[in-house]
Amino acid sequence: MDASIIPACEFRWIMPEIMLTGWALLLLIIGGVTKGPVASKTSGVLCVIGSIFALYFTLNLWGTNLDVFNQLYTIDNYGTFFKALFLCILILVSIVSLRYADREGIGSGEYYALLMFGVLGMMVMTSSHHFITIFIGLEVMSLSIYVLCGLLRGNATSVEASLKYFLLGAFATAFLLYGMAMIYGSTGILDVVELKKYFLLKQPFSATMFVIGLGFLIVGFGFKIASVPFHMWTPDVYQGAPTSITAYMATGVKAAAFGALIRVFFTAFIPFQFGWSEIIWVLAVLTMCVGNITALVQHDVKRMLAYSSIAHAGYILVAFVTADRALASSMLYYLMAYSFMNIGAFTVVIALEKKGDNNSEIDGFAGLGVRHPFYALCMSIFLLSLAGVPPLAGFMGKFYVFSTAVKAEYYWLAVIGFLNSAVAAYYYLRVMMYMYFKETIGEPGTVDRAPQYGLVMIICIWALLHMGIFPKTFLTIAQKAVGIFG
Amino acid sequence: MTVMSVPILSFLIYFPLLGAVILLFANRRNSLFIKVFTLVISLVELAASIPLFFKFDDAAKTMQFVEKADWFPEWGISYLLGIDGISLLLVLLTTFLTVICVLCSWKAIEERVKEYYITFLFLETAMIGTLCALDLVLFYVFWELMLIPMYLLIGVWGGPRRIYAAIKFFLFTMAGSVLMLVAILTLYFYYYNATGIYTFSVLELYKASIPIVKQYWLFGAFALSFAIKVPMFPVHTWLPDAHTEAPTAGSVILAGVLLKMGTYGFIRFAIPLFPAAAIDAVPLMSVLAVIGIIYGAIVSMMQPDLKRLIAFSSVSHLGYVMLGIFAFNMQGVQGGIYQMLNHGISTGGLFLIVGMIYERRHTRMISDFGGIAKVMPIFAVFFMIITLSSIALPGTNGFVGEFLILLGAFKSNVVYGTLATTGVVLGAVYMLWMFQRVMFGVVTKEENKNLKDLGGREILILVSMVFFIILMGVYPKMFFKKMDTTVVEYLAFVKSKSAQSRVLEQNTVAPRVAREEANTNLTR
Repeated sequence: MDASIIPACEFRWIMPEIMLTGWALLLLIIGGVTKGPVASKTSGVLCVIGSIFALYFTLNLWGTNLDVFNQLYTIDNYGTFFKALFLCILILVSIVSLRYADREGIGSGEYYALLMFGVLGMMVMTSSHHFITIFIGLEVMSLSIYVLCGLLRGNATSVEASLKYFLLGAFATAFLLYGMAMIYGSTGILDVVELKKYFLLKQPFSATMFVIGLGFLIVGFGFKIASVPFHMWTPDVYQGAPTSITAYMATGVKAAAFGALIRVFFTAFIPFQFGWSEIIWVLAVLTMCVGNITALVQHDVKRMLAYSSIAHAGYILVAFVTADRALASSMLYYLMAYSFMNIGAFTVVIALEKKGDNNSEIDGFAGLGVRHPFYALCMSIFLLSLAGVPPLAGFMGKFYVFSTAVKAEYYWLAVIGFLNSAVAAYYYLRVMMYMYFKETIGEPGTVDRAPQYGLVMIICIWALLHMGIFPKTFLTIAQKAVGIFG
Repeated sequence: MTVMSVPILSFLIYFPLLGAVILLFANRRNSLFIKVFTLVISLVELAASIPLFFKFDDAAKTMQFVEKADWFPEWGISYLLGIDGISLLLVLLTTFLTVICVLCSWKAIEERVKEYYITFLFLETAMIGTLCALDLVLFYVFWELMLIPMYLLIGVWGGPRRIYAAIKFFLFTMAGSVLMLVAILTLYFYYYNATGIYTFSVLELYKASIPIVKQYWLFGAFALSFAIKVPMFPVHTWLPDAHTEAPTAGSVILAGVLLKMGTYGFIRFAIPLFPAAAIDAVPLMSVLAVIGIIYGAIVSMMQPDLKRLIAFSSVSHLGYVMLGIFAFNMQGVQGGIYQMLNHGISTGGLFLIVGMIYERRHTRMISDFGGIAKVMPIFAVFFMIITLSSIALPGTNGFVGEFLILLGAFKSNVVYGTLATTGVVLGAVYMLWMFQRVMFGVVTKEENKNLKDLGGREILILVSMVFFIILMGVYPKMFFKKMDTTVVEYLAFVKSKSAQSRVLEQNTVAPRVAREEANTNLTR
């Protein structure tokens, strides 16, 4: 086949991506010609519908394994798994935004279009084993999110978040690109699968440039997954950004970065496992400990959740250290569970926030158990899941992740991980304690009881319970997804 | 294994949960309905658990009422339930004490009544699940589930320092149990590597032959987790706080059932899974148990607060249980198990007594009382009987348990036995001294002069407790015959298993030593 010709029929494999792009452009046009709350609602609803269509097309791709566009793009179960996860996140976040973005006055065609472009980037990023495509996906995602973070234009912290994320993110991207360049420089290959073949032939391979490149890749991805010591931006950005975007970033961006990271490292760099797994070991321990210990002293729930998301990245890294490709499914399962519990928790935070004030002091949760038993119950379930209490999905996730470590005989890592989750229980329980044990402090803020929030919370709770009590279905899916590493 | 057609254990586990779910939809203003409904649920539960006692086959050596279903077969996680003579008695204790707790909370709980009873039913589900689970993952799930309702019970309905106590309780137990989880996983993968089978079923894992060094680590992790729950000295510090702050029913369940989960864990998991390590740990565990007995008793003596006094006496009593279990002979182990039941009844009873007087006076300080016996004669009688049961007077249940434990302890090691006996004396000292200060003398405080004596509901609660105190004291055979076979089997298993792993160790170590000797000879 002539490499310069792309057969038109290949486009049907990227229907979800085309769908999202087209829909986002449509929303941009709508946003350009209309204004006001009706337009905002319409775009939101359209966004949800578009995402559902895209999800439908994505699910149809399950079981397909092929490379398209001259190996630049890949359709496989691994990518499809992540795509479906991103689209679920997108749907949930859009439903929340229907109300939230309206309240904050940021809901417009652009807002939803950017959400969709962000997910488009994530999808591209996780469904390719070519460095260039991965990089393009990462950029599409990042650019959308830089803008989304700063959407609360009147709010200084939001603007600060946007700028901070942009500056640091640019650095991280540069690191990533530089790393890729160095690997290319030392091997002449940009394709991850080709790299693997190359390394298998050329063992032992230890060009200095390659080692530096590998290090840069870890830095670049480490930034996006918010692992210590590349986490500095996380709390400020998570707190400053509009809360719906925080939920979106904490789940989507993290999952996308992990998706690409796992694909690259578990395919190409498996021969160098002993080199990088030691580095990741240290990163995992640091990430868990710093995330949890800092979260202990936070008074702002949003900030606390930001630090807790750092800690959760650490838990996932625990499984990453082992480089056990068959058990990479534990990470996928964890990401899935983590996404639902985090979106749920952020939804409660959103419902409790006051307009134009993106602080969510823990005092605001005091007495919630009496004032709004339903919200308090939902929040408790999310927090307990985050703390890893059975039978919720968070427990099963931790269980699989740490069992991977135990299986690979990283006992200390597992012990550190479990002790960390005991520490984490403290600050999650603290919020519960405020909700149930304390009297309302001061004038209680109004709680938004919009049906959108309720819907998202119920979906998340259902997902958490289902994944926790009957993990089999989900784990089988995750196992099929990582079959590509086999 | 006998497979029952009626899934009675599952019924026992999920029936309270069903009740809790129905209660969710009850009108919170109608607190009488909520109370009656919970009482009915707990009574049905008790009634459903009684056939277990009579249908239980005393001679069977295996688990009974077994229920097995695949949960996640690829990972070897199954829904495996079953009870033997040990868990049978504890399940009955749980269902019995839950009824008592519902009754004793009747008037004590006035705020958030609905949530309170939901929490309680939820707790019952978790407790029975923990006692029946034979799959390690299932066990762990229920084990952790017990934490949440207890945390809420202490934190929402507790005393002034409840938040501190609740969080301390949660963190202590959670920290212990996460280590156990690592050990469970290690054991699981070890068994897989050795046999090629993925399983979390304890019955299968009992068969594993684990190298002794690994046993030490795994036993250590399990033992730490259970020791925190028991609680053994020096990880007992959460207990006095939790007991003191918890509402009466919370204290009763905590003392009666939750602490037993620790000792039960030793018997069911830590010891039979890692027998060689357990036998090597006898000196350590026994010394800690003896320290617990004496330390708990001495500290009790000095407590100004009634509840705190009883809490420390629990440390002392549970020390006996541990001493008995780690004597590894028939008397010790049986006495230990019996003492678990006794402690549930008599310490539970003491907490009830304190709760009743607290409802009247809103204080628990010993110095606030004095001469109560004159004002409340019926109360005095019950208090006396339960106190005597707690100090193990012959004729009460406490005597049988403590006597057997001491017998077992003397048989295995005279030093531990002798030291533990001092605890009996100290126990009499602090209990009787407390009783004297509270009940006898002249009524000094004005408020105490017009206290109302017990009402019908309270008498009913205490009569049922006293009934078991006497029954278990004069006719222990009724209970012993349920656990005889189980304990004989258990001891035989532990001994043969530990001997076997020592032989294995010899076979792997001895040739290596011989080889090394040969090498040194050669170099010479």
